[in-house]
Amino acid sequence: MDWIYVSWPWYVAGPLLALTMFFLLVLGGNLGLSANLRTLCTIAGANKYADFFKIDYKAYRWNLIFVLGAIIGGFLSAQLLSNTQPIDLNPDTIEALATLGFSAPTTNHLPPEIFGSSNFISFKGALLLIVGGFLVGFGARYAGGCTSGHAISGLSNLQIPSLIAVAGFFIGGMSMTHLLFPILF
Amino acid sequence: MMNFIKFLFVGMMFGVIMTKSEIISWYRIYEMFRLESFHMFGIIGSAVIIGLLMVQWMKKQGVKTIDGEVIPFRPKDLSIPRYLVGGIIFGLGWALAGACPGPMFVLLGNGYITLIIVVLGALLGTFVYGLIRHRLPH
Repeated sequence: MDWIYVSWPWYVAGPLLALTMFFLLVLGGNLGLSANLRTLCTIAGANKYADFFKIDYKAYRWNLIFVLGAIIGGFLSAQLLSNTQPIDLNPDTIEALATLGFSAPTTNHLPPEIFGSSNFISFKGALLLIVGGFLVGFGARYAGGCTSGHAISGLSNLQIPSLIAVAGFFIGGMSMTHLLFPILF
Repeated sequence: MMNFIKFLFVGMMFGVIMTKSEIISWYRIYEMFRLESFHMFGIIGSAVIIGLLMVQWMKKQGVKTIDGEVIPFRPKDLSIPRYLVGGIIFGLGWALAGACPGPMFVLLGNGYITLIIVVLGALLGTFVYGLIRHRLPH
């Protein structure tokens, strides 16, 4: 039963993600997570300020239920399937983190240098996270999709726009990692 | 009600896959953008190759939803600025926050409360896009 506690390799996760997309399509949905951000804005009353949010949110309720499931899935993984080993990063990556002033990872997911500890987050960390989140939300709607909608759903349907968007994801991501991180940290 | 349970179940499956394969890890995203690991590329690549075969097969067979409806595979309109500029903005945020719109919720479920800040930022970004979208090139 060890396999369930250790991290799953790419050749398990990739096919399972394709299977997730298949289930969603057959259920009458599709794989695209960022659309939920728009639906949540509508529910919060954004339709009073912009036509973009004048949508019938009930038509997208299935996707919110999917996200609710994803939160529960995350909770169950943390409670029952947790991996206590630190993440197995490339040593070169750990060295690059050290030059930014980040300690070697002792956990699996989040560096305390940005996300803080369980009950404290620095002003700088909070600012970076709100800016990061803003760029994700703005960029996903401008590009009409995120990693799941463009990289997986879009490329699976041979969409050239999705290929352009994914190229953009990597131009942006590599610029942040290589050019902006040394300035920010 | 049945559909509620089905979508909830598929969402749970998604949350477990995201967590167990460390797609939700900020460290994995950093490593990916430094091109120092095959892990993330293997996940996206294998999902796309299998997804591609699956979508072609579904179109050819005319696979319908469980409610008997035709599955729409809508083509997107071609535009360079929209996808490229939007994509770059998204990529900058993805590398900084280390989470895209799926993982930010899965991380919340994992108990990382600080992700609320990222979700609020993403909602704000979506809202601002909605306000100014008619002034942006599409």
